[in-house]
Amino acid sequence: MGHQDFFLPLNKLQTLVDRVSAAGYQCYGPHIRDAAIVFAAFSSVEQWPVGVVDFQGPGEYRLESETSGRYFYWANGPQGLKPLTFFPEQDLWQSTRTADATVDFHAETGSPQKMAVFGVRSCDLAALALLDRHFLSESPADPYYRDGRERLLLIAVNCARSAATCFCHSTGDGPFAESGFDLCLTELEAGFLIVAGSDRGTELIDALRLRLAHKHELKQKREQFQIASRQQRKLDPVQVRFDLAQSIQSDAWQEIARDCLSCGNCTSVCPTCFCFSEMDRPALGGENSMRTRIWDSCFSHGHSYIHGVTIREETAPRYRQWLTHKFSTWVNQYGRSGCVGCGRCITWCPAGIDVIESIRQVSANTHE
Amino acid sequence: MSRLSLAVHKFSSCDGCQLALLNAGKDFLELTRLMEIRHFAEAGILDNNAEVDIAIVEGSISTEADLPRIQAIRKHSKWLLTVGACATSGGLQALRNMHDSGQWMIDIYATPGSIDSLETATPISAHVPVDFEIWGCPITTEALLEALKSLMAGVSPIEHSDKLCIECKRRQQVCVMVTGARPCMGAVTRSGCGAICPRVGRACYGCYGPAENPNTASLANRFKGFGLMDDEITRRFWFINSAADGFRQEGETWDKK
Repeated sequence: MGHQDFFLPLNKLQTLVDRVSAAGYQCYGPHIRDAAIVFAAFSSVEQWPVGVVDFQGPGEYRLESETSGRYFYWANGPQGLKPLTFFPEQDLWQSTRTADATVDFHAETGSPQKMAVFGVRSCDLAALALLDRHFLSESPADPYYRDGRERLLLIAVNCARSAATCFCHSTGDGPFAESGFDLCLTELEAGFLIVAGSDRGTELIDALRLRLAHKHELKQKREQFQIASRQQRKLDPVQVRFDLAQSIQSDAWQEIARDCLSCGNCTSVCPTCFCFSEMDRPALGGENSMRTRIWDSCFSHGHSYIHGVTIREETAPRYRQWLTHKFSTWVNQYGRSGCVGCGRCITWCPAGIDVIESIRQVSANTHE
Repeated sequence: MSRLSLAVHKFSSCDGCQLALLNAGKDFLELTRLMEIRHFAEAGILDNNAEVDIAIVEGSISTEADLPRIQAIRKHSKWLLTVGACATSGGLQALRNMHDSGQWMIDIYATPGSIDSLETATPISAHVPVDFEIWGCPITTEALLEALKSLMAGVSPIEHSDKLCIECKRRQQVCVMVTGARPCMGAVTRSGCGAICPRVGRACYGCYGPAENPNTASLANRFKGFGLMDDEITRRFWFINSAADGFRQEGETWDKK
């Protein structure tokens, strides 16, 4: 599957979609809903938004028109791949009372619809690799996550530009995708460069009978990488890990807690946050009951509720838990930081808290 | 599972929360099998002073006659559940607590002397001990049945005090504050409604009351940044649950500015 770039002319983009559909995949691609770009089912690339650019800042997201006529001139919207693999709400098992007064248990596993996602960014592929490690690397693997994961065909897109909130170049996760995809596109003016990252991807490229990319096209691709990288915020993940490990007593947590709403939006949009809680939903007469897991957050009351006591009652320790885990103790657990630099926690914070500024605040306080 | 007895009582309210039971459809019929309903005026079953295991109470205490009645209900019930904003925080009508309600009567009604009401509208918990509260305006059938199922199983009902944002994001709703600078109360409001307002692009107006650990000051400052006038901020917090701890004080802060 050599990482060779081929040229995909615009008029063959739909052919690619059709071949993917014919292979049994429901195609998901960019779609504007509620003033944001999200993933939605599509059958024709004509349903994709064209010439749309996003403006993102702390607590702000706006879409506007632009004139390049490109499909992918925008940076990531609120969704990553997380809701497609680690479902926000997932039935786990059902228990049923039987006639002879015993209880039957039935696992709610199944094979969800095969899904091809067009337009996945490098930060989200990095996040997916982290979720894979969390849910699949230890035996037994999480069967619900595995079902959601194995059905995916991933068609990545290299970022043409970065939002003002992006910092994936600092975390080493972008703005171009290097692995974890089946196909990866780079949008140029007259079409796409396309490279395979898996056998399935190679088969699709072979069937399309594409020519190899020309030198000037590869040059454009390299320039695009430079531009998207240069537009980004900076963060030193090694220094951050070290600083946060020493920050437990910092006064900065209380300062941040004055603004923090403890609402959990950051953890919900974070492509690597994986906390959940479980609940029972019995039938009215108690003849059966469904065990369900739902996304939870370290900003919730229940997250630190243990045996009658909530350990983190206030916002400051909740924010500290989130930040120190994500950027510091995550490395001890998983061998790398839990942050992939997508910047969603900055954009989608309703209070407009900028995580990079928070880290600076805590670090400065630690160094005093 | 023993067959528990149930009474549904009403004080000052719109009757909307009791509908959570009547609207349960087949589940309501099933409930009549599982529980003995001894008083439920809206369903035509009348026995005001019935001794019951569970008393569901809707509405706020707003008249002189309410005072002895709530005491009697408490005495006649093992568990007392309040349903809805009125019973739990005083509701919309508690807005009068912050004004000269006597003057309002004179200004509004032709014969104010015929109106017999207290100066204030107060939640049930201001008068008798309450065992469990279900917030919302109105509450959902799901929430009420969940609480009844817990009591039938002999366990305490689960309190849903998480912020609405968590529920909103579970439904993959895009944040209306971030995309549209709309003054959404979701970050300080309890979950349970299914994020119905954000899901149609509207800002939450806090009808489920304050969530746990609500940072009302930060949210109000954000609203100010969106261009809301001080009195508009007060109204966001006071609209449905003006007497609820957290919402009351934040409204007062901006009312005084």
